[in-house]
Amino acid sequence: MDDLFNSFMAGPDEDGRFGQFGGRFVSETLMPLILELQRQYEIAKDDPEFWAEMDALWADYVGRPSPMYRADRLTERLGGATIYMKRDELNHTGAHKINNVLGQILLARRMGKTRIIAETGAGQHGVATATVCAKFGLQCVVYMGATDVERQSPNVFRMKLLGAEVIPVTSGRGTLKDAMNDALRDWVTNVRETFYCIGTVAGPHPYPAMVRDFQSVIGKEAKAQLMEKEGRLPDTIIAAIGGGSNAMGLFFPFLDDREVRIIGVEAGGHGVDQKMEHCASLTGGRPGVLHGNRTYLLQDDDGQILEGHSISAGLDYPGIGPEHSWLHDVGRAEYVAITDKEALEAFQLCCETEGIIPALEPCHALAHVMKIAPGLPASHIICMNMCGRGDKDIFTVARAFGFDMDGPVGRDAG
Amino acid sequence: MGRIGERFAELEAEGRKAFVAYVMAGDPDFDRSLEVVRGLPAAGVDVIELGLPFTDPMADGPTIQLAGQRALAAGMTLKRTLALAREFRKGDRATPIVLMGYYNPIFSHGVDRFLRDAKAAGIDGLIVVDLPPEEDAELCLPALAQGIDFIRLATPTTDDARLPAVLRNTSGFVYYVSITGITGSAVAEAREVGPEVARIKAATDLPVVVGFGIRDPEAAKEIAGTADGCVVGSAIVARIADGEPAEDVLAYVAALAKGAHAA
Ligand SMILES: Cc1ncc(COP(=O)(O)O)c(C=O)c1O
Repeated sequence: MDDLFNSFMAGPDEDGRFGQFGGRFVSETLMPLILELQRQYEIAKDDPEFWAEMDALWADYVGRPSPMYRADRLTERLGGATIYMKRDELNHTGAHKINNVLGQILLARRMGKTRIIAETGAGQHGVATATVCAKFGLQCVVYMGATDVERQSPNVFRMKLLGAEVIPVTSGRGTLKDAMNDALRDWVTNVRETFYCIGTVAGPHPYPAMVRDFQSVIGKEAKAQLMEKEGRLPDTIIAAIGGGSNAMGLFFPFLDDREVRIIGVEAGGHGVDQKMEHCASLTGGRPGVLHGNRTYLLQDDDGQILEGHSISAGLDYPGIGPEHSWLHDVGRAEYVAITDKEALEAFQLCCETEGIIPALEPCHALAHVMKIAPGLPASHIICMNMCGRGDKDIFTVARAFGFDMDGPVGRDAG
Repeated sequence: MGRIGERFAELEAEGRKAFVAYVMAGDPDFDRSLEVVRGLPAAGVDVIELGLPFTDPMADGPTIQLAGQRALAAGMTLKRTLALAREFRKGDRATPIVLMGYYNPIFSHGVDRFLRDAKAAGIDGLIVVDLPPEEDAELCLPALAQGIDFIRLATPTTDDARLPAVLRNTSGFVYYVSITGITGSAVAEAREVGPEVARIKAATDLPVVVGFGIRDPEAAKEIAGTADGCVVGSAIVARIADGEPAEDVLAYVAALAKGAHAA
């Protein structure tokens, strides 16, 4: 476990690689800035004052630690393994995204940057960024795919209330990938005063490692909380994957606890098959280079990036953080896919049995819990990351369930 | 010496500036694109920069993004881009072709196979936007070993401390990006570009060519005057987007070339 040479926690190397994955595939204009960011992050990382400021904000502004909740009715309903939920949906702004945003904004302030840009899919990262920018009085510009602006409209309004400028991106299919392209174009243009606050464990080095480090608070807390409640580590940990930040945050502190089974859940959309109407990069893609790093990508034979599909805007991304690609290839973590339909079933079950309205993203993790829990004994502890709440998704879910939200008191359309 | 080196040696001997024209391969389709490319040398183009279409061109503005989408929609691929270069080479052995694009289609094709195929197609140099010196082992070093020039972008953010690293494995020429920004956006200012080009020339013997933000023959003249030449892309691509016939596009290219050569 503490064998340095066999640790899964040693990456990335100095070139930002996790095995063949990661790296710094960006234009020359950005390169000097990325090197400066790396330098500044390394200083901050070893500075107790930086972490003291983070801890205080996590406690008083975000509401950490988030609870570790034993979901008894769900456990009973599934009739197998004991299920715990790490309740990051109770964070201020409703998802895990703010854990990372606080870290990056504190770093941006240290670097003297006055303008913050971000990409967002579900809008949770955009809301978190707009929130922290409001708190510190920083200018905030959020790029969001036009499709996502429509399906996550409550979050668009939230960002505007918080004083952010939301720029709808119409290129491509108007989802997270396109938002990231335009954020990178903005950064190249306004490189000197702008800090790019990336919302997941992707992008050029040092972003994947830095975002992972900020999100690792989830896994560190989970470990301590389960030790306290159960006197031992969980047998299985599970999280949903868009870019992979909530998952990396939960997984990272457990990587060298080899007895813990680690499962990442990708968005299977309409099913992982030849039609490619899904976002399961590891299950259905192959290695390539996009958005500053080498990782598994959905792409055609010519290396053109494919537009995936997921009912969940936060998972609708054709890539995945490079560290996940590496964990997949070395076999330390398993990756599976869950369809839109299965995620919706999990949504319903979670509402009914636990009184928790989950975001569609963690519903993918929950749907996999529903598959494996019944076959396991009660002594088997599963911890899933309930990384976001579902307020933002009620319109999408209403449509999927055929519920007329515009009716007099809301009634079943069918 | 390769075609790029020979071309710049000729230009230097004649005391002329280089005019480099960018077009997207396969825009709006293979045949019409080939017609434009074939006409470029006669229009006064010294070096052809051929865009390799990619779905996610992170350093390009809307004009070149849309050109790539038109090309892809018309069935353009890396293989067909090389086929277009090969067709061009049948009628022109002298004009250098630099392939400009992003790494993923090349990585997907396989680096060794790509370099073999590119050489066979008559490609002389590569500009790969998302491969900074930090990633030289990926493509730059293998390309140089195959005798294909690797042309690097230097930018306003490339400071003196970093410049040697950028120049180290660069060959053919240095492409100075005149603005911090994407293609087809801000306008290049000669009085800002001049000192930057001088700074780069003090550090290398390679020719320095300036691109991004040059939109008309006057700007081509002005900017080329600060360096060893200039590149125009979006302004040409915009005419192809408007559906202009090849002869009109080429007449405009000729005007740009005349501007650059007047410097
Ligand atoms: C609640 C929630 N979960 C998960 C994700 C996916 O991101 P990641 O995989 O980086 O955690 C998002 C993204 O918007 C989200 O809002």
